[in-house]
Amino acid sequence: MDGDRRHLLLWFFAAATAVKLLLIPSYRSTDFEVHRNWLAITHSLPLSEWYFDETSQWTLDYPPFFAYFERFLSLFARLVDPKIVDLRLGLDYSADSVVYFQRITVIFSDLSLLFGVYRLTRKVEPLRRNLICVLVVWSPGLLMVDHVHFQYNGFLLGWLLLSVSFLQDGRDLIGGFLFAVVLCFKHLFAVAAPVYFVYLLRHYCWAGLATGLRRLVALGSVVVAVFAAAFGPFIYNGQIQQVISRMFPFGRGLCHAYWAPNFWVFYIILDKGLAFTLRKLGFDVQVPSASFTGGLVGDSSPFAVLPQITPLTTFVMVLLAITPCLIKAWKKPQPGLVARWIAYAYTCGFLFGWHVHEKASLHFTIPLAIVAVQSLEDAKHYFLVSIVSCYSLFPLSYEPREYPIKVLLLLLHSMVMWLGFSAQYTDEKGLKEKKEGGESKSKFEIGCVEKSYLMGLVLVEVVSQFLHPYFLGDRYAFMPLMLISTYCAVGIMYSWIWQLRKILT
Amino acid sequence: MPKKNHSGDGTAAPIDTWWWLSHKGTTTSFLCISLFALLIRSAVSMFPYSGAGTPPKFGDFEAQRHWMEITTNLPAIDWYRNGTHNDLTYWGLDYPPLTAYQSYIHGLLLRFFNPDSVSLFSSRGHESYIGKLLMRWTVLSSDALIFFPAALFFVLVYHRNRAKSQVAWHIAIILLNPCLILIDHGHFQYNCISLGLTVGAIAAVLCGSEVLTCVFFTLALSHKQMSAYFAPAFFSHLLGKCLRRKNPILSLLKLGIAVIATFVIVWWPYLHSVDDFLMVLSRLAPFERGIYEDYVANFWCTTSILIKWKKLFTTPSLKFMSLAATVLASLPSMVHQIFSPSNEGFLYGLLNSSMAFYLFSFQVHEKSILMPFLAATLLALKIPDHFNHLTYYALFSMFPLLCRDNLLLPYLTLHLLFTLIYHSQLPKTKASSFSFTNFPGYVFLLRTHFVISLVLHVVYLTIQPPQKYPFLFDALIMILCFSYFVMFAIYTNYTQWNFSSHFRSADKEKKQI
Repeated sequence: MDGDRRHLLLWFFAAATAVKLLLIPSYRSTDFEVHRNWLAITHSLPLSEWYFDETSQWTLDYPPFFAYFERFLSLFARLVDPKIVDLRLGLDYSADSVVYFQRITVIFSDLSLLFGVYRLTRKVEPLRRNLICVLVVWSPGLLMVDHVHFQYNGFLLGWLLLSVSFLQDGRDLIGGFLFAVVLCFKHLFAVAAPVYFVYLLRHYCWAGLATGLRRLVALGSVVVAVFAAAFGPFIYNGQIQQVISRMFPFGRGLCHAYWAPNFWVFYIILDKGLAFTLRKLGFDVQVPSASFTGGLVGDSSPFAVLPQITPLTTFVMVLLAITPCLIKAWKKPQPGLVARWIAYAYTCGFLFGWHVHEKASLHFTIPLAIVAVQSLEDAKHYFLVSIVSCYSLFPLSYEPREYPIKVLLLLLHSMVMWLGFSAQYTDEKGLKEKKEGGESKSKFEIGCVEKSYLMGLVLVEVVSQFLHPYFLGDRYAFMPLMLISTYCAVGIMYSWIWQLRKILT
Repeated sequence: MPKKNHSGDGTAAPIDTWWWLSHKGTTTSFLCISLFALLIRSAVSMFPYSGAGTPPKFGDFEAQRHWMEITTNLPAIDWYRNGTHNDLTYWGLDYPPLTAYQSYIHGLLLRFFNPDSVSLFSSRGHESYIGKLLMRWTVLSSDALIFFPAALFFVLVYHRNRAKSQVAWHIAIILLNPCLILIDHGHFQYNCISLGLTVGAIAAVLCGSEVLTCVFFTLALSHKQMSAYFAPAFFSHLLGKCLRRKNPILSLLKLGIAVIATFVIVWWPYLHSVDDFLMVLSRLAPFERGIYEDYVANFWCTTSILIKWKKLFTTPSLKFMSLAATVLASLPSMVHQIFSPSNEGFLYGLLNSSMAFYLFSFQVHEKSILMPFLAATLLALKIPDHFNHLTYYALFSMFPLLCRDNLLLPYLTLHLLFTLIYHSQLPKTKASSFSFTNFPGYVFLLRTHFVISLVLHVVYLTIQPPQKYPFLFDALIMILCFSYFVMFAIYTNYTQWNFSSHFRSADKEKKQI
């Protein structure tokens, strides 16, 4: 039985791999050169210079474990083609060797995602297990970000899922350890740290004075050990200040170049709208000089009317948003609800964070997939939020050649979700009918409002992709992006509120 | 992998792993699988096409682009005629008029978005990002508009009276046809149109609407003359059916009129004089190119290693010999269908006649394996093991061609995808009285074939052939594939003959009762 299950998981992974292999020649973003540069830095330079090197503009800004990971990959890179890891000659290198090498490392590293799913679904019944597998391993967002745009999210999310699986099994120490490891790979995952902290404290360490203290010390030392393994060499070299400044570059603007569909989109639009109306009414309103999307430059966000937003403000807002979840976790720490809380934490981080990239929507979409199969409402909610977050990733691959691919991925995912969820919530009579070869009625129905919202996505796409270029050409180029961001932000805000309500009840 | 449900009463009724895909009906699962099939096609489209970046002649892609250039800039009567604007030595049109009309429509599309790619003369060798994208999208749209609906039509008709558990598997096998995807969306061709029309004709036969069959098949023939590979099967089956009617002459007349009417409508510009008509025909049958080209796994090319056909015989006598051989090879299946036509037998007939044409016909290309392979995908549920091997060797026979086009990665990936789909739900086969596996050496032979083919894959990619025999490895691949195709053809012909004995014995039993 177990062998069968493993075969099926491998089958899903192999099918996804086939698609990923075919996506090798697709559009690559600058992130590709970023990672190639990191291969070169970690290979050609000693540790003491990793966080100081500025040969290329794509400096190392992930925590040390990721740097060690790149160092490991660079060993193979050098065997494939030494020019990949050359600091100067390899700049903007785009030969077949480096493309194939890097793409294949991403495909291989997705094995960690597979392992995470395997561990998570050990005790789940077959249909739900297949559904979770389909939602995670065949996630269109992951395919578009990791295998077209180029990143290593599958690898990192695999570690996160592994940590969640251990927490669900009740093995909190290992769960905490793995989370610390994830933090040292990519510090962006720290948004869920409060949840982990509260949960582990309450669930693991709240067991009487002696045991509790012992466990607290054990947990603390494990976490410290992980951080020491990561940052130790840099603290020894006295470079910790530089490492921290590289990891947290708050010089960037409030929003990324392509506005992530989060709360700040509304804030910006409200500000612009108010400024416009007030100016029309005769008030003297300063026109802001810099832009919101600051990319690599800019320090503060220039709002004309509404109060300025600083990184501290966003930090406080995220913490405030997570608080209800923390209170629930403190009052009654249940292993079965951990995935839900973590997904909620990442949703809050996405909505209220500083310089959030739309790729960060993967951080809550993937953990939500585990939750999605638990009940009918969860399924309906997931159906909506995964389509919206996948659509919000469309502007990332903007070239016409990838257009059919991303549209087909989204349509396929929606159809598979609909079929899978319908099958899961078909009633008994329907199952019997199915054996006779008839069609079955399912309880999985999307509400009217949700349906019209999703239809609206089609409209938004038609307007931004076809009508806008046809009627307006190159003018107001920001409008389509703004439209997409705003429309998706509505969906994600709805998801946040829904998740909050679900956690509180 | 079929899984058993844990029902309390102990009867282990297998609920297969994929029932969630097909529980909403055939059309819904078809839609889902076709989205995936289109995704794979779009992804393969990103890879190079035939003749990419190789002036002065380039390849099939340039040929198709050139036809769009010719058809959008010249009047119809000049398309097949050598003239100042139409140099037939530079990729002259050598497919029937429907291809020309299709090139015209696609050419209009290209002209609207990228006029430089189809302007007369100056667009020769035109290669650009947007030009390639538009051309790829014309193939994708032709596939989606013609092949996919035809496949749906076929699946609905074929699975009308069967158990629904295998429908999804069959749909995936038909739509994710690796050879078709690699040739149409990789190498660059429009086989999806003629094959789609042929599938439509086949579905119409299974439906019983013979006039529709004739219309579709004539259209398919008017798109690519290679569709004639299936002609004996259609002809013999329809003849057999008509002979069993009350008024055979009337039925035959009806079908004849349908064929002629469709033919006249499509070929209208070229029927104004006999010369025009012959001019087009001469372009369709370029006998001067010889009985074979390159290294295709058919009889003439493989045996030419020992018997130098081109040196021993003249072209006219070779023409006659290949015609005779082809007719002889397709005769058994034709005779069977005339005397005992049946839907199942018809499908086998298609496979047998197309395989006979592939093995013995004049001027066969590696890409022509698409015809027998299509028939095999339609029959996949009946001959799963043999189909598995056929796919492997059909792809392998195109391996040198795909390597020249830099399509190695799609080749390997589609192999992987096919294996995954094939093994996702192994169809249950009835134990037939005649099975090759009963022959003592067969399994051993098949295994050695497989091992040699793996070795050849590696050797072809890594080792340089000796100076004296630069095409040594191509020839070895050709011999290996040819030997499998022959074994396969023998098996399918034998199976088709078995139908008639079943038929006759069933008839006898009815009479006795």
